[in-house]
Amino acid sequence: MRSVFSLLDRKASKIDSLRSKVDLLRLPLALSTKSISSRKSQLGVVWEKGGGSGAGGARKHRPPPASDMDNESTYSGYSYKSSHSRSSRKHRDRRDRHRSKSRDSTIRGDKSVTIQAPGEPLLDAESTRGDDRDDNWGETTTVVTGTSVDSVSNEDLTRMSKDLEDSSPLECRRYLSPALAAVLGLFALITPLAFLALPQLLWRDELAPCGTPCEGLYISLAFKLLILFISTWTLFLRPPRATLPRFFIFRSLLLALVFLFVASYWLFYGVRVLEPRETDYRGIVGYAASLVDALLFIQYLALVLLEVRHLQPAFCLKVVRTTDGHSRFYNVGHLSIQRAAVWVLDQYYSDFPVYNPALLNLPKSILSKKMSAFKVYNLGEENSTNNSTGQSRTMIAAAARRRDNSHTEYYYEEAEVERRVRKRKARLVVAVEEAFTHIKRHQDEEATASSPKHPREVMDPREAAQAIFAPMARAMQKYLRATRQQSYHSMESIINHLQFCITHNMTPQAFLERYLSPGPTLQYLDTSRGRQWTLVSEEPVTSALHQGQVFSLRRLDFSLVVTVTPLPFLRLGEEFIDPKRHKFVMKLQSETSV
Amino acid sequence: MSFVPGQPLTAVVQRIQIQKLRQGENLILGFSIGGGIDQDPGQNPFSDDKTDKGIYVTRITPGGPADAAGLRMGDKLMQVNGWDMTMVTHDQARKRLTKKNEDVVRLLVTRKSLEEAVKQSMGSFPRQ
Repeated sequence: MRSVFSLLDRKASKIDSLRSKVDLLRLPLALSTKSISSRKSQLGVVWEKGGGSGAGGARKHRPPPASDMDNESTYSGYSYKSSHSRSSRKHRDRRDRHRSKSRDSTIRGDKSVTIQAPGEPLLDAESTRGDDRDDNWGETTTVVTGTSVDSVSNEDLTRMSKDLEDSSPLECRRYLSPALAAVLGLFALITPLAFLALPQLLWRDELAPCGTPCEGLYISLAFKLLILFISTWTLFLRPPRATLPRFFIFRSLLLALVFLFVASYWLFYGVRVLEPRETDYRGIVGYAASLVDALLFIQYLALVLLEVRHLQPAFCLKVVRTTDGHSRFYNVGHLSIQRAAVWVLDQYYSDFPVYNPALLNLPKSILSKKMSAFKVYNLGEENSTNNSTGQSRTMIAAAARRRDNSHTEYYYEEAEVERRVRKRKARLVVAVEEAFTHIKRHQDEEATASSPKHPREVMDPREAAQAIFAPMARAMQKYLRATRQQSYHSMESIINHLQFCITHNMTPQAFLERYLSPGPTLQYLDTSRGRQWTLVSEEPVTSALHQGQVFSLRRLDFSLVVTVTPLPFLRLGEEFIDPKRHKFVMKLQSETSV
Repeated sequence: MSFVPGQPLTAVVQRIQIQKLRQGENLILGFSIGGGIDQDPGQNPFSDDKTDKGIYVTRITPGGPADAAGLRMGDKLMQVNGWDMTMVTHDQARKRLTKKNEDVVRLLVTRKSLEEAVKQSMGSFPRQ
């Protein structure tokens, strides 16, 4: 009865629920469980107001308890509807290996990647809920804009979300799945030893004595276990550098395989050996040795699947940054989309120059001149519906007919800026060179040679840096301002860098290379915090790369668009050239007068 | 003036006799030659067949002995004083033309306009 009532009410209050959802989104939600749940409690009033027509309808949209957010994953339209993830969601506790409880990785500050179906807004982390939610929520969301009267403006939004990102909660969650994997691995390693030890402990007297062959088997068992342990530790027990939105198929497959394997061995052991108290100890030792062999082969399989398969290049990825068009091409092997995304981001941090928002657009003065030259007057028009379109159309038409001079202005402005930058760069280089001549490295053996009348003050690098910073500070500041880099280099960082260069005997050019060209993003990165990226893709992110795929990696203010093309199939032919066949003639057309 | 290698070549030729002019120490003829079997035939602007490696007249000094004798630019030298010029190197051709003990050279030259003139004249007279 209540469910029917709620169903009817859901239809009736759809509009109201839409409105309530819009209100919900107007506040800066995202990225942290605590803040979301606290904000939800703030909005308790809004929920009630929105579902006003029926108690059932409003009750449906209750704010979820805070604990809900911690376990469940990010909602994405694709994952909820596909059966693949629904069944896997149940088994996710057992199937994690090197990943944390994936989906709420959006809320952490590490380098996590979350999936998003297209059409959903960026900030949908608050939509993580249980299975009894409204499915159509994703289609009715609106994007936060800064134009509504009672909403937070866009700059506040970015600032707040940046603050939320900076706080890094729950670092230990990153290590949860390696811990699980370690437990399972340890269990698998201890199993052969247990197989050997249990008969000895339980029915030692009844065991048939087993001499040299057993000892040989013991030795081989010991070494194989050692090798297994070392290689597992080397290859697999590393803290992951990225958390992926969906589980890593190969890893979970292997984990399941290991678990199944060990479980079936234990089953067999329990039934055949422990029950009837088997006395043939040599057989038991052989059985344990076969388990270790099988584990070694599984490890070989893991090595091939996880480490080797993606090494041979098969695809070429073109990565373009949307804000300024920097692009790079990379060759990768057979990977799934999420793994390819992680790989691309690794390369991004060291290859792409840092994103400088100040360098982007044409100066407004050039672009806006077109539109401001004409003013459109309404001569008593009554209907205002097509007013704006008519107005803009006339303005566009008028602007098109006008002679367009903005390209010349752009050209001259560019030339002017470049000249200014070059002048300041020249001043900077001269100032730095001059500053570096003021100090030199103090050799200890000169101490006796220098006259005692002019004792030179011996400084450590920090003081030396501060001493010579003063004459070049002004030139440096003007240059940084001209190239819009002043936000990336504070005075403290410049002095630190100067100290570093002095310590390592660098020349002024070496000191300046950091400022004359924008370096890779990694140089400016504070590595203590993680970085959050969002993977936007039209296909499930565990599918393999294939031709023509496009996915993008989004951050708050820019994104990277990745296009996949396969590498061409190469037909290599052979041609043998005898070295004696290299002969030459003169190609002349000489003219002789007779 | 295309030829089939191995087959005898037929061409309509004009007989030109040039008197060498003494200029100081040298005897000059007043024209320049290009071509030869050791040269690149593709760069020859005067030949129809770009595989023709014969000797061609590339320049004529105006008012010189060759000009007076009727040699024209673009002519192909077939014989010089009886010596064949169709299959010689550039240097051999130069030597044949600049022998110091000869005052006069008798050339057999061919050009396309000769062929056309003969065809025209043959066409205007019906065969008898």
